[in-house]
Amino acid sequence: MHEFDLSSAIVTTVLKHADDRKVTHVTLRIGRLRQVVKDTLEFYFAIVGKDTLCEGATLEIVDVPAALRCNTCKNEWEIEIPAFICGTCGTGAVVVLTGEEFMVESIEVEDEEDAACTAPR
Amino acid sequence: MHRTKVRVVEDALDANNTIAAANRSDFDGSDVTVVNLMSAPGAGKTSLLERALDGLAEAGTRVGVLEGDVCGSFDADRLSVLHIPVVQLNTDNGFGGECHLDANMVRSALGAVPLGEIDLLLVENVGNLVCPAEFHIGEDAKMMVCSVTEGEDKPLKYPLMFRSCELVVINKIDLLQYLDFDIDRLEANILQVNPHAKVMRVSAKTGEGVDEFRAWLQALPAQVAEHEHEHDHEHVHEDHDHEHATA
Repeated sequence: MHEFDLSSAIVTTVLKHADDRKVTHVTLRIGRLRQVVKDTLEFYFAIVGKDTLCEGATLEIVDVPAALRCNTCKNEWEIEIPAFICGTCGTGAVVVLTGEEFMVESIEVEDEEDAACTAPR
Repeated sequence: MHRTKVRVVEDALDANNTIAAANRSDFDGSDVTVVNLMSAPGAGKTSLLERALDGLAEAGTRVGVLEGDVCGSFDADRLSVLHIPVVQLNTDNGFGGECHLDANMVRSALGAVPLGEIDLLLVENVGNLVCPAEFHIGEDAKMMVCSVTEGEDKPLKYPLMFRSCELVVINKIDLLQYLDFDIDRLEANILQVNPHAKVMRVSAKTGEGVDEFRAWLQALPAQVAEHEHEHDHEHVHEDHDHEHATA
């Protein structure tokens, strides 16, 4: 259910970087711990993006695994279920290395041929 | 027409986080400690506040409440007997309201909150175990209430929420005698998802355990001040880490 607001946040961020150009593709990096349902996010992205420069843009979501490190025994591992206790030494001195990302990684925009373009091609 | 790739590398919630940082700066400027209080609908946030905030001002902590609700002022009305500043913030824009508070909504209500007259501001979020966990509002601490009628597995189903909170208050323990509810299993699940969480067991109805929660609230401003002093550099990094690269 949070995907609607997350979609709005994505569209806002994308438009900020689009510089009034039409957006054709958006690449996101989303950590597993964000509890984002991809299909729902795509569904809402299409709705929120309608009548904006994001309309019709494709969404690519790069999954980032949830990786933890134990500060007590230095063990590092990936989790598939929400268990934040070290399986090796049993302590909870655990830090999240990856998995909390909610990042717009890059966008693709349409440029006019004759427009000045400073971006690499 | 050709396509250009633009490198963004920006947290999509940066816009919210920037406003949250502005709220935080206003709170800090008035020396107000802010708690974001979250829960599922009906867990007993307002009941807990009714119990815990009564007499807090006389005990030396001047407290105010920002009541977030989809619509209506039912909760604010209930708290009005406490004679503390209570500000109602509705998320309804006429088409059914938002399911959470975000930094901008809180900012829009700040003008009505007498920050100079309080030490502690409790922001009662909209009842919901998903969205409120995503949106920082400029708070110093996040806490949640969960109740013994909700099921022991809730921390495993809503880890984002349970992980975001430093305090989890288990409410309605007066009902335990009528339920097949394993409160120890709930607490174990909370700690599995969030080993750093502080867990309290209370009954807002009978008052059992509420003193411990009240003591936590009273101690919070000094604790936050000490923590901020220790971790000054980390906070600067968190609050200003919205640099982005375009190529």
